[in-house]
Amino acid sequence: MLGKRVTQCFVAVLAALALGSAQAQTEISFYYPVAVGGPITKIIDGYAADFEKDNPGIKVKPIYSGTYQESIVKALTAHKSGTPPVTSVLLSTDMYTLIDEDAIVAFDDVATSAEDKAWIKSFYPAFMANSQTGGKTWGIPFQRSTIVLYWNKELFKEAGLDPNRAPANWKEMLEYAQKLTKRDASGNTVQWGVQVPSSGFPYWLFQGFTTTNGVELMNATGTETHYDHPAVIEALQFWVDLSRKDKVMAPGVIEWGTTPKDFFEKKAAMIWTTTGNLTNVKNNAKFDFGVAMLPANKRRGSPTGGGNFSIYKKSTPAQQQAALKFIKWVTSPERAAQWGMDTGYVAVRPDAWETPKMKDYVKGFPVAAVARDQLQYSVAELSTHENQRVTKVLNDGLQAALTGAKTPEQAMKDAQREAERILRPYKK
Amino acid sequence: MNKYSVHIHGWLLLLPAAALLALFTHFPAVATLYHSFFSNPRKGREAAWVGLENYRVMIDDPVFWQSFANNLWFALGTIPLSIALALLMAVWVNGRIAGKAFLRIAFFTPTVLPMIAVANIWLFFYTPQYGLLEQLTSLAGLPSHNWLGSRDTALACLVVVTIWKEAGFFMIFYLAALQGMSPNLAEAAAIEGAGRWYFFRRVTFPLLMPTTLFVLVNAVINSFRLVDHIVVMTRGGPDNVTSLLLYYIYDVGFKFWDLAYASALTMVLLALLGLLAIGQFVFLDKRTHYQ
Repeated sequence: MLGKRVTQCFVAVLAALALGSAQAQTEISFYYPVAVGGPITKIIDGYAADFEKDNPGIKVKPIYSGTYQESIVKALTAHKSGTPPVTSVLLSTDMYTLIDEDAIVAFDDVATSAEDKAWIKSFYPAFMANSQTGGKTWGIPFQRSTIVLYWNKELFKEAGLDPNRAPANWKEMLEYAQKLTKRDASGNTVQWGVQVPSSGFPYWLFQGFTTTNGVELMNATGTETHYDHPAVIEALQFWVDLSRKDKVMAPGVIEWGTTPKDFFEKKAAMIWTTTGNLTNVKNNAKFDFGVAMLPANKRRGSPTGGGNFSIYKKSTPAQQQAALKFIKWVTSPERAAQWGMDTGYVAVRPDAWETPKMKDYVKGFPVAAVARDQLQYSVAELSTHENQRVTKVLNDGLQAALTGAKTPEQAMKDAQREAERILRPYKK
Repeated sequence: MNKYSVHIHGWLLLLPAAALLALFTHFPAVATLYHSFFSNPRKGREAAWVGLENYRVMIDDPVFWQSFANNLWFALGTIPLSIALALLMAVWVNGRIAGKAFLRIAFFTPTVLPMIAVANIWLFFYTPQYGLLEQLTSLAGLPSHNWLGSRDTALACLVVVTIWKEAGFFMIFYLAALQGMSPNLAEAAAIEGAGRWYFFRRVTFPLLMPTTLFVLVNAVINSFRLVDHIVVMTRGGPDNVTSLLLYYIYDVGFKFWDLAYASALTMVLLALLGLLAIGQFVFLDKRTHYQ
C-alpha cells in the first residue's frame, strides 16, 4: 500500500516537473557502445548538443553502454523490464535478435513520408543487407566497416617485393607471405608473412575467405546456414593451411586485439583487420603502409560489419519521431563524411563522398577510399535468428580447425549440424 | 520482560539482515529453480511448463560437460597452489627480514588490482613473440609459443593468472593468524629442542587450521566464481577449452537469451557449490583445532 502511495506521489511530482519545464520536451535516450579507441564520446556529445540547438523541443541523452556485447545485454534487459532506450547503435547482426525479442519497430512504420522513404534508399546497398529482412528496414547504418588488408611497405622492399602492390589473389598472398616470413638461425620465426586474427569473432574474418571463394554462409531470411558447403570447407582449408602447412602465419588462435600492435612491431608483414582501425594504424605505424581490398579468389569481397541505429517499440510515438529526426540529422551527408574522417568507419552513403571536405580528405589520404571501393563487392555479415548461438557453433568449429583438433571438413559438418538443430523452430 | 517479548526482540533485531538476505539471495535462488522448469519465452510464445526438459538438454550438451570438466581442472589447479603459495609468503614475510613491509605490499598488490586490469596486463605478458613471457623464453632459446591460442596451454595460463591474483589475498589471512600466535610456543619448542620444520609441521600448521579452512572455502568459491579474466583474455576459446561453468551460464543467459536453460545451469552450479560447502564444513571441521 505504502509503495503505491509513494509511486503516486512520485508520478505527481514528475508530472509537475514536466509541466513546469517549458512546453513538454521530448527526451530521447540513446545507447551508444564505444567500440574503437579515440575521443569518440566527445564527438557524440558534440552531435547531441548541436542537434539540440537546431531542435529546441528535443533533448538527446547519450548513454555510453560499454562494448557492443554489453550494450545489447543492457538494451534487452531494459526492454524486458519495460524501459528500453528510445534509440541505440548496436551491431547490425543483432537485427534478428531484436526482432525476435519484439524490441524494435521497423523504420518503414515510423518514416512514412515520401522524403523519408527516399532517405532510407540513400545508403549503400551493401550496408542495407544487414539492415533489412522480410521487406522491412529495421536498422539505419551508422558506424560501418569492412575488412581490409594492411601491408608494411618497408618489409615488402626488404623481401624484394614491389612495395606499392598488394597481393591481388589468394595465390599471390601465399607467395608474398612465404617471402615475408623470416626465421632466425635456430629456426624460430621472427616475422610472419600474414596474420588473420581468430579470437572472439573468427566467423567475421572467415567471411573474408568464404566471400572471395564465391559462397555465402547463410540465406537472406536468416533461417539457414551453409557451413558445410564444399566451397566453405575449401576456404577454411586455405586458412588452416596458412599456419599448419605453409607456416606463414602464427599457429593457434591469434588475438584480435593485439593484431594492430603485431603489425606496428613488424611481427606480421600483412594483417587483416577492420577499416575502423585505419586511424589507429595511421597514427601508430612508424613505417610506410598500404591498405588494399582483401585478395580475391573466385571473386573479390568482404563482409560488412559495425553498428546500426534502431528505434524501440516501447517508446512513445513522439519519442520515436524525435529519434527519427535525430537519426536523419546525424546521417546527413556532411555529418556522415565528418564521422568517417574522424573514426575511419566507412561513410555510409554515396553522397557523403561527394562533399567537398571528403573529396579533399581522400585526395590527401587515398587509402581512406579503399573500403568504400570494396563495398560494391561486399556481402552481409553472418546474421541469423538465434544469432549468437548459431555464430558460436561456427566460431567453435573454426577454432577447432585452426588449433588442429578437427579437420576443416569435420569442423564444418559438426557446426552445420548444430546450426540446423538450433534453427529448426524458424523453418516454415 | 516476559519470554515472548525476548523472542520478538530477537527477531526484530534479525529482521533487517534476514529481509535483505531473503530478498537478494533466497528469493532469486527459488525463482531460478522455478524458472528452470519452464521453456524460454519468445515473441508469440509464452513460457510453458516443460518439467525436467532443460536438465535433459544439459545432459546432451557437450559444451556444458566441457565447461564442467574445465572448471574441475581449474579448481584443482588454482586451489592447492594458491593456498600453498599464500602460506609460504606469509611465513616468509612474518620472519625478521629486511624490506619486510615492501615485500608484504608487493605480495598484496595483485589483490587490490581489479581483475579486468589484471587480465589486460597478463594478456600482454602472454602475447606471442614480444610479450614478456616470450621475451624470457626466447632468451633461453626456446621456440615461440602461442600461449592463449593453443588448446594445451590456454587453461593453464588462466590458472596462473588466478593464482597470482589470489595468493596475496590469502596471505593476509595467514599473516594475521601467524601474528596472533603467542611467541611462547616457539620459545618452549626451542627449549625442547624442536627443529624449525618440526615446529612448523606439528605446531604452527595445526594452529593455522581454522584459517586454512576459511581460506579453502573462499578458494573453492572463487574457483567457480571468477570469470572476469576469461571475458578479457580468451572468451572461452579456443574452441571452449577455457569455458568455465559461470562463463557458460553468462553466454547462455545474456548472449543466447535462453534464460530458462541458464536457470537450469545456475541450479547445477548452486547445487555443486552447496555440496562442496557442506563437505568442507562436515569433514574438515572435525579435524580443525580451534583455540
